[in-house]
Amino acid sequence: MLRHLPQSNDPRLLVGTATADDAGVYRLDDHTALILTVDFFTPIVDDPYTFGQIAAANALSDVYAMGGRPLTALNIVAFPACDLEGDTLPAILRGGWDKVTEAGAIIAGGHTIDDPEPKYGLSVTGLVHPEKIWTNAGARPGDALVLTKPLGTGILATAAKADLYPAGVAASIQTMTTLNAKAAQAATGFTIHACTDITGFGLLGHIFEMTSASGTRAEIASAALPLLPDAADAAAMGLVPAGAYTNRGYLTAVDFAAGVSEKLRDLCFDPQTSGGLLFALPAAEADALLAALKSAGVSHAARIGHILAQGRGEIHVY
Amino acid sequence: MSTDIDARGLACPQPVIATKKALDAIADGVVTTIVDNAAAKENVVKFAAASGCGVSVEEQGGHYRIRITKGAPVAADKSGPGDRPDGRPTGDTVYLITKDTLGHGSDDLGAILTKSFFYTVRESQPLPKAILFINGGVRLSVAGSPVLDHLRALAAAGVTVLSCGTCLDFFGLKDELAVGGVTNMYTILDHLTAGKAITL
Repeated sequence: MLRHLPQSNDPRLLVGTATADDAGVYRLDDHTALILTVDFFTPIVDDPYTFGQIAAANALSDVYAMGGRPLTALNIVAFPACDLEGDTLPAILRGGWDKVTEAGAIIAGGHTIDDPEPKYGLSVTGLVHPEKIWTNAGARPGDALVLTKPLGTGILATAAKADLYPAGVAASIQTMTTLNAKAAQAATGFTIHACTDITGFGLLGHIFEMTSASGTRAEIASAALPLLPDAADAAAMGLVPAGAYTNRGYLTAVDFAAGVSEKLRDLCFDPQTSGGLLFALPAAEADALLAALKSAGVSHAARIGHILAQGRGEIHVY
Repeated sequence: MSTDIDARGLACPQPVIATKKALDAIADGVVTTIVDNAAAKENVVKFAAASGCGVSVEEQGGHYRIRITKGAPVAADKSGPGDRPDGRPTGDTVYLITKDTLGHGSDDLGAILTKSFFYTVRESQPLPKAILFINGGVRLSVAGSPVLDHLRALAAAGVTVLSCGTCLDFFGLKDELAVGGVTNMYTILDHLTAGKAITL
């Protein structure tokens, strides 16, 4: 979308719109840069408190994906004026507040407008050292790719609308409300060449952002992908959100080996809400990172593939 | 029996839910679902295939007509050229097979009894409606199974043969499936509650 706008050439803007990164980064001095990000969406679960938690975990995730720590957040609310007196909006805001507090940040304010369709999210500001920014663009040939959360939140949100697969839906809510803080913290001691979080463009869409920004290619082992329970069954039952098909149509740089099942292909394109972090780091460090992630409680982390030399973002899934 | 569902203008997963309801309401027959976007078409086709139904799609004027046939012989994929539908009627018995040997006492004897059992089922009248494999039972529907010929013949004769996907994954046998389709607990429960279920 932003390609239609001119790009800033201010040298203080360390990360702008050119590399499809998760957030903007603005240098204040030699030791400090600001991470700026915003995300909001319509309710994806029935329970308002849970929705608030998910929206906040999702908005905060962009700061973690840039290697930073969140500092402050502003609420962004659209809500029908006639329902403002009810319990729903306070529950949403309480969910957001609790997640931001868990992240060690504070909510400094916000803004509400009248809208028949509720929406909630946050604009988050974080801090990072200017030389320790994790961008999309640094992945190098030979790097291992490590994913920290299981896939399938879009498919299971569709299953929830059909009142199917309650166990998978519950697991999906659990993962969407989980901050990426522990995963980011566990990775700080490692040589992270690139990082992004997996959200609306699905696993392969965000891998493509990384490989195309880095001038590389990637190979992904479908059997190694961490999946939410029931997600593959729900995909096979046709509970696949329209966004997965949009992602699939948009990404032309992907080829699948013949043995990769249709449901796994769907999961590769499934739009994620509050998805995991994807790290590219030297293959020799991958096992140690996985061990650090597991001991930090990031139990679904998995090594899912690697980066290959010279390309324009092509992804091979086998 | 034929049902038409106009699911145009409905967002996912509504076309799948409407199709499921229509299919649940009939024992056999045809349901035609009309949708107006490619995502809904893909999803309804996936659902029909996962439900063991026959499916064909016709595109006309920006709409998709998806014709779903319930009760048709399950695609006997990977079956040999000698297996032909023999047109015998299927009853309402559903066998839930939970292990690869029959009975307790001796596994060697159990293996012999298993072969004898599926031979007898193959010769029985009416044939069962479905045979479902869970847990260790999935060893019978994969390559190398001693009863593969019997199962293929049953599938070709219209018996629904399904193996639990979670179980195949658990034993690392997903790529070895040699007869019938892969299913989930939801479909298994549907079969068990719809028919006369016998657990072995």
